[in-house]
This record gives sequence, structure tokens and C-alpha cells, in this order.
Amino acid sequence: MEYLNLFTKAAFVENMILAFFLGMCSYLAVSKTVKTAMGLGLAVIFVLGITIPANWMINEYFLKPDTSIFGEDLTFLGFIVFIAVIASMVQLVEMIVEKFFPALYTSLGIFLPLITVNCSILGGSLFMVAREYDFSHATVFGLGSGFGWWLAIIALAAIREKIRYSNVPAPLRGLGMAFIITGLMGIAFMSFMGIKLD
Amino acid sequence: MAETATKQEEKEALFSKNNRRLLTDPLDDNNPITVQVLGICSALAVTVAIKPAFVMSIAVVAVTAFANLAISLMRNGIPPRVRMIVELVVIASLVILVDQILKAFSFDMWKQLSVYIGLIITNCIVMGRLEAYAMANKPWPSFLDGIGNGLGYGALLIIVAACRELFGKGSLMGFQIMPDSYVGNGLMLLPASAMFLIGIIIWIQRSRNTKLIDIS
Repeated sequence: MEYLNLFTKAAFVENMILAFFLGMCSYLAVSKTVKTAMGLGLAVIFVLGITIPANWMINEYFLKPDTSIFGEDLTFLGFIVFIAVIASMVQLVEMIVEKFFPALYTSLGIFLPLITVNCSILGGSLFMVAREYDFSHATVFGLGSGFGWWLAIIALAAIREKIRYSNVPAPLRGLGMAFIITGLMGIAFMSFMGIKLD
Repeated sequence: MAETATKQEEKEALFSKNNRRLLTDPLDDNNPITVQVLGICSALAVTVAIKPAFVMSIAVVAVTAFANLAISLMRNGIPPRVRMIVELVVIASLVILVDQILKAFSFDMWKQLSVYIGLIITNCIVMGRLEAYAMANKPWPSFLDGIGNGLGYGALLIIVAACRELFGKGSLMGFQIMPDSYVGNGLMLLPASAMFLIGIIIWIQRSRNTKLIDIS
């Protein structure tokens, strides 16, 4: 039950995109069709689900002053170590996608390597450190955040597919409308903040 | 810094037409935020007031320009499979440099910005330009491309920040502009308002510049 609550909290109440506005770049650029959005969303769930537990272990056993095997306070290295772990994971995902889903690989283009600099991934690791989760909570938190990100990008992609048939002013079509929809979705998601989950 | 770059680029004039375009294009036609859709997270976070937006823009210009220069110099020696890690190490070191300089010379601003300065590492503009431009071009044009994109980002950031500060708090650069009876618009202080403002800026830009309109 506790894990379910944490998952719900990470996915809805503290949604990476709509509550913290993290990871916007790829979110806006890859949400033109549901299919590519689905691919990127799944990749983000995968990367978040792996990097957060991995970074948790590194933080716990190498960086923290009291449990570190080096016996030193290395927390100031956190940033660069986390980003290195994330970069290697993304490179791995890129190789897998390129090998097995070449069509998806071309349609994601530059935004696949850019998962590395997706703020929500690094943000997830930093939140995990700041909130002092233990290992299982960190894993659930990672999967929940990834799920929330996936949900948000699918929602936006579905709206954008439908809005193609509406009479939007020409200069606002596409990107401009995506910004305004995200703003409205963000305001709507603020209503989840009233929910108390422990 | 211009001198060091000149040596590497001898065949083409320093500010030839192409090189000037590298600087001016990102300001409008190829703006990193409104056209390339890169670097939006920080655009939402630091634009509540003008001052942090301004410092942030300078930091991003510096990091983008020098990261582009460094990667462009090393581009032939980087194995493609590990390029992201190399790029990130370059970016992270530059960001630590900027962080330290700011800490030394403007401590108050550093305190106010510290989190967001760190987030330049994950600012997609830097990484995006490295992947899209510096990996395939000579150092001097890459350097200009970095400056141009940083400026394009900064221009948009400052416009958004000016709107949000003026209507949200009734002030500009910390000085009261609106009469005392003005009640701040709470919506402008929420991150969502930056989304609306950028949406409107895109609308204005594309109605002036019709070739940017999305056909789909």
C-alpha cells in the first residue's frame, strides 16, 4: 500500500512534467503523434527506472560520508557521477533501439540522445537524494515518475492529433498550441496537489 | 578568445556573410526556444524576474560557446559510441567553472541561482547544439553558433521575464513600475504562465514570419 501511494504520488501529484515542468524539451518536440510519443515515453520509464536505483547505490556506497567505502564525504561529486551514469544508460538504450526498432530510431532523431539531458532524469536522481528514500522506495519513485512522464506525453500527443482537425489560427498551429495546452494541463494537474498521500 | 579562434579558421573571412548569419539566425528565424524547442525547463524556472534571467542568459551564452568550441576541436577524435559522455564531461566542467566564477564575483546572485546554474548541464540547448552543429563543423563557426544560440535563448528569456515581473509583481529589475494600487497577477508567478507567454510569442513570431508555420 505504501508503495502504491508513493507510485501514485510520483505519477500524479508530483508529475515531473505538469507539476515541476521538468523535461519539457523532448516532451514538446516528440509529441506530434501518439506512436513516437509512446516510444519515447517507454524509453524514459526504462531510463528512470534503472538510473534512480543505480544512482541510489552509488550515492549510498561511494558518496555518503558515513557509509562510503572511501571513508570520505564525496557528495560534491554527485552531479557529475549521476550524469555519467545517466549518459551511459541512454547510450545503451540508443544502441538497443537502433538495433531492434530502426523506424522508431529515425523518428525520434536527436531526441533519443537528448534523454540524457532530459531534466526529469537528473531531477529524479536529485529528488531521490534530497528526499532520502531507501532502495525499494527509490525504485518505485523512479518507475512512478517515468510513468507520469509517459502519461503526460501520451496525453499531449493525443490532444495534438485531435487538434489537427480544429480551426486553429495558422501561426499558432503546432508548437504554439502545444505550449498553451501544456500550460492548461499544468493548471489542471495543480488540483492533484490537494490529495494527501502518506 | 577571438584571436585563438582566428588561427584555426584561415580560409574564410572572420565575419563573412555565412558567419554573420550564424549569429543572427538564432535570434529570430532559428530561435532555440521557439523554433528548435530546446532548453525550455530553465525558461520556466528562472523567468519570474529579470535579474536572474539576465545572469542565466550570460552563463548559457558562455557555456554554449565554449562547449561548442571545445567539442568542435575534438570532433575527429571522439568515438561516436561514447560521444555523449565526452560531451557531458565538457559541459559539466564548464558549468562548474561558471558556477565558481559567479560564486567568487557575485555571491548574492549565485545564492539565488545556484540550483539553476547546475541545471545548465541538463539544458538541452548546449547538448543539442553540440550534437547538431559542433560535431560536424569547424571550430570558429561552431563558436559563433554557440554565441548566437545563447543570445537567442537569452533574448526570449528576458522578454518572458519582463512580462512576468511587470504583471506579476508590478516591477521591472526590482523597481516599482505599476502604481501602488496595482494588485499582482498571481497567475504570472506560476510556471504555467511562462508556457502561455512563450505560446503567445510563438504566435506573434510566426504571424510575422510565415515560413515558420507548421503545416501539419
